[in-house]
Amino acid sequence: MFEIGLGHYLTLGAIIFTIGVVGIFLNRKNVIVILMSIELILLAVNINLVSFSMFINDLSGQIFTLFILTVAAAEAAIGLAIIVVYYRNSGTVRVEEIDKLKG
Amino acid sequence: MEYFILFLPLLAAFISGFIGKFIGDRSSEIITSLFTSISAILSIIVFYEVISQNYENNLIIATWINSGSINVNWSIKIDALSSVMLVVVTLISSLVHIYSIGYMSHDPHKPRFMAYLSLFTFAMLTLVTSDNFLQLFFGWEGVGLCSYFLIGFWFKRESANAAAIKAFIVNRVGDFGFALGIFLIFYLFGTFNYEEVFQQIPKITEKEVVFLGMSLNAIDLICILLFIGAMGKSAQILLHTWLPDAMEAPTPVSALIHAATMVTAGVFLVVRCSPIYEYSQFALSIITIVGMTTALFAASVALTQNDIKKIIAYSTCSQLGYMFFATGVGAYNVAMFHLFTHAFFKALLFLGSGSVIHSFKDEQDIDQMGGVWKSLPYTYVLMVIGTLALTGFPFLSGFYSKDAIIEFAYLRGNSTGYYAATIGIFTALLTSIYSWRLIFKTFHGSYNNKKLKIESMHESPMVMILPLLILAIGAIGAGFLFKDLFIGHEISYKFWGSSIKFLEPLSLDHPPTWFVFLTPILVTISIPLSFYLFVKNKNLVEEIVKGNLPFYLFLKNKWYFDEFYDYIFIKPFKKAGYFLWKKIDVGVIDRLGPDGISNLVKYFSLKAVKFQSGFIYRYAFVMLIGFSILLTFLIVK
Repeated sequence: MFEIGLGHYLTLGAIIFTIGVVGIFLNRKNVIVILMSIELILLAVNINLVSFSMFINDLSGQIFTLFILTVAAAEAAIGLAIIVVYYRNSGTVRVEEIDKLKG
Repeated sequence: MEYFILFLPLLAAFISGFIGKFIGDRSSEIITSLFTSISAILSIIVFYEVISQNYENNLIIATWINSGSINVNWSIKIDALSSVMLVVVTLISSLVHIYSIGYMSHDPHKPRFMAYLSLFTFAMLTLVTSDNFLQLFFGWEGVGLCSYFLIGFWFKRESANAAAIKAFIVNRVGDFGFALGIFLIFYLFGTFNYEEVFQQIPKITEKEVVFLGMSLNAIDLICILLFIGAMGKSAQILLHTWLPDAMEAPTPVSALIHAATMVTAGVFLVVRCSPIYEYSQFALSIITIVGMTTALFAASVALTQNDIKKIIAYSTCSQLGYMFFATGVGAYNVAMFHLFTHAFFKALLFLGSGSVIHSFKDEQDIDQMGGVWKSLPYTYVLMVIGTLALTGFPFLSGFYSKDAIIEFAYLRGNSTGYYAATIGIFTALLTSIYSWRLIFKTFHGSYNNKKLKIESMHESPMVMILPLLILAIGAIGAGFLFKDLFIGHEISYKFWGSSIKFLEPLSLDHPPTWFVFLTPILVTISIPLSFYLFVKNKNLVEEIVKGNLPFYLFLKNKWYFDEFYDYIFIKPFKKAGYFLWKKIDVGVIDRLGPDGISNLVKYFSLKAVKFQSGFIYRYAFVMLIGFSILLTFLIVK
């Protein structure tokens, strides 16, 4: 058996982070997926914070995580609201059709 | 007073040109006519002072150029020569201004027209009152510019624009020679001032100048170059082609610019430079030959033309030829005399023909006229007076001036002189025939116009007839009244004073009696002859034309000068221009230069545009990559 160390936690965090980032780029379907990907990135950060806090015995890391979760919840709410408004205005939330930034 | 003569027309031009829209047509017409008329009256006063008191003056208005040894002034030089020109220019100009009120009554751009006329008057006045070659050149170009404006006045007509450009370009050829002449004068004398140049002329009679690889006498060269300028402006043969085309201009313009004033600037130049020309027998011979060739050529062409204005235009050309050969035989004062009388009767003829054209609703073809002398009695009588004066009918003005030219040519005594006199007499006969042809075909015979009924013919308004009357008085009396002053033996030398230089006084002899009577008799005989040919027995003319068809066509097509120039200058230049345009400019310079660079920029920017897809995830991706690169860079460093 091997012991689960800091490296494993960080690897998990990195994998989740990468999934989140790649999810942003490769996603062609839905804006909500992007929102979920951002959520994933935040979770990866949280994992990092929690694991470091455990390993250096400092609780402030975990408290910080709680803050982030709160902010993430608020952010998800705002993000979904934006998406709803956007859908009302343009009738779609398909990523491929959201290209109004182009001049 | 002299300032008013010069600047009133300029002021009138400014008022009419810039605020004519606000003050209305009628006010512009009145202001310009009034100002030029005042200027004319003042000129006559000056002229009177010059006659009675030998008044001479050189008013310096301002310094124009003062750089190193060049010192050029704006000046008003008054002497016998310029005072004569002042009277001619301002008098004809004011009459033409007044006439234009009637003639242009249906035109929508009256203020512009009047402004151009006044501006022309100003330019012509600066030309004649200059005391140096540079101001002369300024006036010279100024009148050329105004002539361009006025020929192209009806700018919606293709042919008017073409004629305007032609006049400008043909004059450039002459001006090129003229400018070279002025440069040469400055090179040799270091000054542009007439007085200083004329004083130094006798000192350099032997001087040689290398020009185009040839060593030429400096004075000969100056004279020839200046004469080339004069040829351009005065429409002498080779550079005459613009004058008939310039008849696209409204008729008052033809009367003022292309008959009485601007085209005589060349003659004025040669007379003004008489202290130079007197030292160049060679140049004088050239002038004589060019002058008489032009006189003969233009008269022969005028015989066959059908456009009423073109006939008179060629007649002008021919009379200018007379003036030149008068200067060529050294009789500068006679040339000025003919210039003076010619201004009256030619302006009269032009304005009279304008009145005819006005009555015929812009018809200019004399084949479309005829038989209207009862409907247009004033115009008819005045035109006949003009024609009599032009042909040199005894005791009218042309009689004194033209016969004097022929006599002085005869008295010159050498072969060119006799030759010129013969040509002069022959041309006088031709002049008479074509002038009477014009009168008879326009006013006599049957009425040939199909568009207008003869009952609808009516006389022009008083505002057009009045200037004609004044000109007619001039055409009748100018010769008799001024002949002693201009060409009399004692009086004329006193009158001209230093403004004309005679190296040796003109011959005092009289030509043989038969010679004196020859021209008037020929001229008088030609009247019934023309009447017979052009009214009574038209078939005879047609027979003659049929018998000599090639010759007739040669004359009808103006000696094929236009076609010749088209072949040797215009076509090759067009080809060269086309080649340079299509192959060099478009093919090479544009392709590699502006077009090439813009294509390159376009190509790359099209690539760059792809970057801006508008998809958030791409921007985020790029951001991430950039961030990674930056991070890697920082870590590795």
